[in-house]
Amino acid sequence: FSFVAIPLDFDISSPLTYGTPSSRVEGTPRSGVRGTPVRQRPDLGSVRKARQVDLHSDGLAEDITTEQSLGQKLVIWGTDVNVASCKERFQRFLQRFIDPLAKEDEDVGLDLNEPRYMQRLEEINMVGEPFLNVNCDHLRSFDENLYRQLICYPQEVIPTFDMAANEIFFDRYPDSILEHQIQVRPYNALKTRNMRSLNPEDIDQLITISGMVIRSSQLIPEMQEAFFKCQVCAFTTRVEIDRGRIAEPSVCKNCNTTHSMALIHNRSMFSDKQMIKLQESPEDMPAGQTPHTVALFAHNDLVDKVQPGDRVNVTGIYRAVPIRVNPRVSNVKSVYKTHIDVIHYRKTDSKRLHGVDEETEQKMFTEERVAILKELSKKVDIYERLSSALAPSIYEHEDIKKGILLQLFGGSRKDFTHTGRGNFRSEINILLCGDPGTSKSQLLQYVYNLVPRGQYTSGKGSSAVGLTAYVMKDPETRQLVLQTGALVLSDNGICCIDEFDKMNESTRSVLHEVMEQQTLSIAKAGIICQLNARTSILAAANPIESQWNPKKTTIENIQLPHTLLSRFDLIFLMLDPRDEAYDRRLARHLVSLYYQSEEKMEEEYMDMAVLRDYIAYARSYVNPRLGEEASQALIEAYVDMRKIGSGRGMVSAYPRQLESLIRLAEAHAKVRFSEKVETIDVEEAKRLHREALKQSATDPRTGIVDISILTTGMSTTARKRKEELAQALRKLIQSKGKTPALKYQQLFDDLRAQSDMAVTKEMFEEALRALADDDFLTVTGKTVRLL
Amino acid sequence: AQNVPNSDWEKKVTEYFREKLKENNATNWVPSLNDVPVHYLKPNSLVKFRCMVQDMFDPEFYMGVYETVDPNTNARVLHFGKYRDVAECGPQQEIDLNSSQTVTSERQTFYCVPVPGESAWVKEISFLTELVLSESVVVLNPQFYAYISASQARVSPSTSYTPSRHKRSYEEDEDMDLHPCKQKEQHLGNSSGGDIHGCVEPKRLETEASAGHHLISPNCSPPLDLNFPLPGEKGPACLVKVYESWESFKVNDVLEVYGILSVDPVLSIVNSEERDSSALDPMECMDTAEEQRVHSPPASLVPRIHVILAQKLQHINPLLPACLNEEESKTFVSNFMSELSPVRAELLGFLTHALLGDSLAAEYLILHLISTVYARRDVLPLGKFTVNLSGCPRNSIFTEHVYRIIQQLVPASYRLQMTIENMNHSRFIPHKDYAANRLVSGVLQLASNTSLVVDETQLEQGQLDTTGVHNVTALGNLITWQKVDYDFSYHQMEFPCNINVLITSEGRSLLPSDCQVHLQPQLIPPNMEEYMTSLLTAVLPSVLNKFRIYLSLLRLLDYSISDEVTKAVEEDFVEMRKSDPESVTADDLHRTLLVARFLSLSAGQTTLSRERWLRAKQLEAFRKARLEQQKCVNGNEL
Repeated sequence: FSFVAIPLDFDISSPLTYGTPSSRVEGTPRSGVRGTPVRQRPDLGSVRKARQVDLHSDGLAEDITTEQSLGQKLVIWGTDVNVASCKERFQRFLQRFIDPLAKEDEDVGLDLNEPRYMQRLEEINMVGEPFLNVNCDHLRSFDENLYRQLICYPQEVIPTFDMAANEIFFDRYPDSILEHQIQVRPYNALKTRNMRSLNPEDIDQLITISGMVIRSSQLIPEMQEAFFKCQVCAFTTRVEIDRGRIAEPSVCKNCNTTHSMALIHNRSMFSDKQMIKLQESPEDMPAGQTPHTVALFAHNDLVDKVQPGDRVNVTGIYRAVPIRVNPRVSNVKSVYKTHIDVIHYRKTDSKRLHGVDEETEQKMFTEERVAILKELSKKVDIYERLSSALAPSIYEHEDIKKGILLQLFGGSRKDFTHTGRGNFRSEINILLCGDPGTSKSQLLQYVYNLVPRGQYTSGKGSSAVGLTAYVMKDPETRQLVLQTGALVLSDNGICCIDEFDKMNESTRSVLHEVMEQQTLSIAKAGIICQLNARTSILAAANPIESQWNPKKTTIENIQLPHTLLSRFDLIFLMLDPRDEAYDRRLARHLVSLYYQSEEKMEEEYMDMAVLRDYIAYARSYVNPRLGEEASQALIEAYVDMRKIGSGRGMVSAYPRQLESLIRLAEAHAKVRFSEKVETIDVEEAKRLHREALKQSATDPRTGIVDISILTTGMSTTARKRKEELAQALRKLIQSKGKTPALKYQQLFDDLRAQSDMAVTKEMFEEALRALADDDFLTVTGKTVRLL
Repeated sequence: AQNVPNSDWEKKVTEYFREKLKENNATNWVPSLNDVPVHYLKPNSLVKFRCMVQDMFDPEFYMGVYETVDPNTNARVLHFGKYRDVAECGPQQEIDLNSSQTVTSERQTFYCVPVPGESAWVKEISFLTELVLSESVVVLNPQFYAYISASQARVSPSTSYTPSRHKRSYEEDEDMDLHPCKQKEQHLGNSSGGDIHGCVEPKRLETEASAGHHLISPNCSPPLDLNFPLPGEKGPACLVKVYESWESFKVNDVLEVYGILSVDPVLSIVNSEERDSSALDPMECMDTAEEQRVHSPPASLVPRIHVILAQKLQHINPLLPACLNEEESKTFVSNFMSELSPVRAELLGFLTHALLGDSLAAEYLILHLISTVYARRDVLPLGKFTVNLSGCPRNSIFTEHVYRIIQQLVPASYRLQMTIENMNHSRFIPHKDYAANRLVSGVLQLASNTSLVVDETQLEQGQLDTTGVHNVTALGNLITWQKVDYDFSYHQMEFPCNINVLITSEGRSLLPSDCQVHLQPQLIPPNMEEYMTSLLTAVLPSVLNKFRIYLSLLRLLDYSISDEVTKAVEEDFVEMRKSDPESVTADDLHRTLLVARFLSLSAGQTTLSRERWLRAKQLEAFRKARLEQQKCVNGNEL
């Protein structure tokens, strides 16, 4: 590109001169704008020459006429960009822009009431990194037209921005010493978000796309400028690269010898370059198609900034270059190669292993979408609506669906690190336990499909290693690498574990840490670290006898350690109700499943996409806090729960249950898009908790809710009876007088004869053990000795 | 093609070809890449290709319109770049890359392979259809004709049956007026084939003919992996360039494309070219060698087709009209439906013999063969009916023969031998190879309605390694959810599928299944081999063809249940639960509804009647009784 300009003007303001090597100052950089070396921007200038040629061939005349009418205002050829005004406007933007929407946490150390980018420049002065990142969204809100120009003619406008920024910078900090002049890097251009929507119109424009890096090449030194030396007279000359080629001078200008010029490699200028393949992120892909990829070229310090597997937002200029089949054949393959010259990277998951990265969660919602979602949230029956939209093909189980819905929303994240307790778990864990064929797997599968970061594993097929993380030798680099397992992968998501009961003991024990501390500690093969695993767990288990035995407690039916069970906020039983009315409804539901047309089904329920957006929105934007009333209600609920137990001389509810209640109440508030947890939320949490517990902790012998079943694995009555038996045995032994040793069998028979209920051998042994614990006696083989 | 750019032009082309191909069997007349080796086809002529989309490459930007300039005279000429791989220009001309007239357009490339597991009879019949037609049109494509006449001599004796009767029926339909089509073809040949040198020597014909098989691709053993999903597949793979509405196509779709064949040798030059000549060109040194090999393989191995028309196929059975919604097809359907019950009876008899006299198993096999996933309710696929045929004799050739018979009946099938070796070493799940930037196929990448016969009788004791466990899990997921999670190494992606899985096993299969039928052979033939072969030869080709139509057609029918019957079913279910709450579950209702559905359809009825419902229940009762019995025989076995 070049200008229609008077030569005088040309020198100062042209971005053309502004990047050419002739202005490069060799030697030590001195201070001030004149002294700081300019660094070429290979990310901008790959088709520069082509444009210049065009200028001379045509188009010159008409441009001039339009210019003249504007009174000496000059524009870059082929665009409507006027360098002077463009520069001026950008300077105004830098000097004045204050972000009205800025949030505290977003920019640490910035004064939000001062012009944002001036502070950035100050930062550059202090830190010495000569790059100024400019959010295009800010620019757009400040100067719509300038933004449009930037998007359409990035190659021309960005150098102008560079100039503007440098002028301001060196004006303010004349003594500053930088490695090279400041380069402006715009990001977050709203032009394109999705790789799939790239089309020929985007060529040569500034775009931002998101994706995942799948491959990166070695560093490629790309020649920017070749240095030639005449073998005869030692005359030297420099030749700039033109569209990837160097035009070797065939004649020496000095001595007129032909073919005497030789390339001197170590005096030529090279720049770093790297090719990166970016693949569309899985969320953007339509079903049934394979992901698209696009090539990126990163230059200079952007090389090696990203690794395969990183999720990045890339801002750059989209290019299309024809492929020459063979330099000696005139036919050209009629396809273009496309790539993006990277100007700015933003990793979207760089912090994933260390802390909460809200940005990844903040899916972009259009204003209309938000309006629709907000509208929905105002509906009185939104809770019921959402829960019925969840897995509509699964019949009834309303409360379970509600529970899962709350799990999808999750509680509010609380940080108590400063008081020494660390993070409070905000994720809700649910266990479904029940008869085979009650569509547990289907529910799990549905949830797995619904959430963006879901993992589905089966207890049978997973090992502790597969769940957590393992260290592996990379076959290519021979380096040890940490491979993450399902739990880490579902960080901020839901990990669905089917056949939980089939999981072996050691695997299950891994879950203890995850389910309460939300972290995973790894110490193997020289790697010691703690990974975040803030995952909700949705597990499904079959009863131990494959069919639920109603005469047994949950613990007996599930046979899971109660330490693990108590970490589940909700335990639902999915039992076959065996009820005629239920059967009838179920039959109708199933039959309709088999003949209703798909359109009809669509109408009845809320769209899965809406549901997904609703949840995503609530998760990232709604953070309910406990209200005064709600706190009171929670306290009451907790006291009630404890009272039930204390009345029978037992503590039945533990603080863990209170935390569960709080989480559930918060999640319910999120469903309503409410920033405050209110009494109704607590009520629903209580109801759900009771509902789940009523089913799972009903004492089969008394019919009374008894959480101690979950916490100790034994019901209150069973405990009491055990106690009584032990006392009876003690009395029996004491009544026998001062015999130091007793026969085991004899004692058992005596006890049985004395007791009015049937005493099994196990019960007897248990009683003996209880007494042994009290240091009353010891059992050695077949004899019982008193102490 | 040197006109002023005109957007209508493009629409008209598609329109023209659509109209032309509608005319009397014109579609049969276009040479098919499935049947004719590439080198017998004229470059830049119209061809068709029946294929499955195996992979989708990135969209391509190409020069829709470009300008050439003669450096001597400065004469400028505009060209169209659509439907071409190479922007041509005369010897004295250069392409002006900076011309303001240049229009950049976009197209999409699909990597297509022939339908995996396509039965031999499908290939033969569709090829014979072409032969019949080609008798009347000789003039047009001499190379093609030469090939056809050479292969005609071969085909007839080599096939075990001659579909002569069928041949006639097509001839009857045929109207002899093929002239417009002929003209078009000539016109096309003249206009575009001008500067292409014939790249086929007629001499090759003899060598090819003596090779004895008409599906062997050119004889250079390819180091290039053509990426067929199933091992041992042959046939051309093709890069299909789609110009419009490519969003509507999905991976694993079966397509029939009509388009211009491009085998320009220039395309291959890109590969053979010495790398150093382009070392400075930043665009070319970036792609890895593998990627280049995969994305621009030699055109002689992987020809290009520039699509003019493409349509998704509902089925690939050549005995059925391609599209069942058209008027003519409706008469075909109603004619066939009228003679449905004798066909069903015959088929049942045939399968009963094949299953050693077990008519219940044969009944279930029919139901299985016409099952198809007709809808999905969120994650739940409806209409899948995986049958586990247990009680098959271990390590005998019985299962192999059952597969051979199924192969004769369905258009596409594959027999998966569940051996430890196979599980641990073969590639089931397609995965993305990022170095070559392509989706490396696996056994489970199959087109809709492919029959997958899993032979578990081959299974021995042994240890599955990680691959083996993944493979078995994937197979289980496929059966339960009718989807395969393709491995994209950083994430997995779910591809829904619709595959009929039949598991043959000795005891109950280790894979999940919808319904287990225990085989009770009524007779044990002394020589299984002989028995099965005689069974196949005994059935008339015409009857066999009817079976094929029967199975393909019934899959495509609609089905409904009236309110009245719904009520009855409800009542029944409640009753059943009352009498036996332990053993009757929702799953049983699911299964019985499925059986009832396929039972009705197999009789050509599109609604459920009370009788069918009772019959379905009866069948289920028989089946269950047999399983019970089996349990008793084996004592503790589940």
